[in-house]
Amino acid sequence: MSDYNFAYLDEQTKRMIRRAILKGLAIPGHQVPFASREMPMPYGWGTGGVQVSAAVLTPDDTFKVIDQGADDTTNAVSIRRFFQKTAGVAVTEATTEASVIQTRHRIPEQDLRADQILVYQVPIPEPLRFLEPSEVETRKMHALEEYGLMHVKLYEDISQHGDIATAYAYPVKVEGRYVMDPSPIPKFDNPKLEMAGIQLFGAGREQRIYAIPPYTQVVSLDFDDYPFLPTKADHACDLCGAQDSYLDELIVDDAGGRMFMCSDTDYCTTRRKAGHVGAQGVPYEKDAA
Amino acid sequence: MQAQVLEGGFADPSIDAAYAFRAVMIAMARPGEIVTVAGAQPPAPLSAAAGVVVLTLCDPETPIHLAASHDTPQLRDWITFYTGAPFAEARHAMFAVGAWDDLPLADFRLGTAEYPDRSTTVIVERRNLSNDGAVLVGPGIKEKAALSLPETQAFKTNAKLFPLGLDFIFTCGERLAALPRTTRVT
Repeated sequence: MSDYNFAYLDEQTKRMIRRAILKGLAIPGHQVPFASREMPMPYGWGTGGVQVSAAVLTPDDTFKVIDQGADDTTNAVSIRRFFQKTAGVAVTEATTEASVIQTRHRIPEQDLRADQILVYQVPIPEPLRFLEPSEVETRKMHALEEYGLMHVKLYEDISQHGDIATAYAYPVKVEGRYVMDPSPIPKFDNPKLEMAGIQLFGAGREQRIYAIPPYTQVVSLDFDDYPFLPTKADHACDLCGAQDSYLDELIVDDAGGRMFMCSDTDYCTTRRKAGHVGAQGVPYEKDAA
Repeated sequence: MQAQVLEGGFADPSIDAAYAFRAVMIAMARPGEIVTVAGAQPPAPLSAAAGVVVLTLCDPETPIHLAASHDTPQLRDWITFYTGAPFAEARHAMFAVGAWDDLPLADFRLGTAEYPDRSTTVIVERRNLSNDGAVLVGPGIKEKAALSLPETQAFKTNAKLFPLGLDFIFTCGERLAALPRTTRVT
């Protein structure tokens, strides 16, 4: 395989991360501190997710990495290769074939099964951080279940913009207790946080791990008269024609030309292989670039 | 030190611990689900499953409390040799191992309001472990699950402390199941 210990990290580090993961699962939505290590990639490139994946992977796993839904971006490719090299695991781009999926900022469109694990890369784990910079204070606010400030923030959205303008990293309440940052996923993905698979969140720079067990209640914060709405671009995918997937908007020329396409590349490709063609798409060919 | 305490650890520590942790994680994420683990042959009275949990999660940073049922010199030597974990009184322990009747539940750490994760994980050795008896409801459980618990009152009391509380791992032979503080027991 390689000269690295299995999955890069030393055993004592993995034990420390594993203990944090178990406590995270026992207290859904609570941020468990852990002694984050320096990884051979910069902060902001998923060092938290990489450490959680390293502690979770077994040699039998099939590993998938997505960055904003895409399997083929630099971040996704480099992390996938990192574990190919250091853990010798099989890798895939197909959501259905993966047993562990590390993600930056998306939940796959395909519903995850009970035997799949989703590992999130988290930049700022503290949902209250931009409202209260002190960690001592935010710890106290979580301890006292004092979340009024978050509702004030959402209310100010309504008073300024006429609607809750928060479109990503939309705060949720887990199992009626902890307010949690679901990482910067679009709020379109929030309803999918209640799923059959295990969800683990790792923030490397901020040194926090948290988790959501399967079938755990996850409620997006809102008001009776301004209910939570998962939104997406009001368009169909121009490549595969999907009406129900989260879309990226792409500028395609200097004349203002644009197209919308699925952010989840595997979902889009799978649909195109099945014969779906969008407004600007062409039929899928096996050897096409 | 007898030769037996130098045997029975993971043959391939990195790989064995990876498989073992996956099983323990699934058990903790899905309360009531019984998983099978392998790789440790600890000296009696410790079960193979409890041995696997200790080897996977314990090290010099995690004080262990051995209840009277499990406080034997041979087992102490085995844990020291393989993990280096210090032994501690119940109130300082991060992990505790023992038979249900010998565990001083009231003395274990429940965590603090700011850090509820700083609580003891209790490994309870059981003669039987099966999916019947007490009904479990809560995070990780689709509708309801069942698990043969030693009693229900202690777990009802524990769940009421949420977000503080103890987390339990029940071991029997090579099998184990878990009961985190979030599970409501009836």
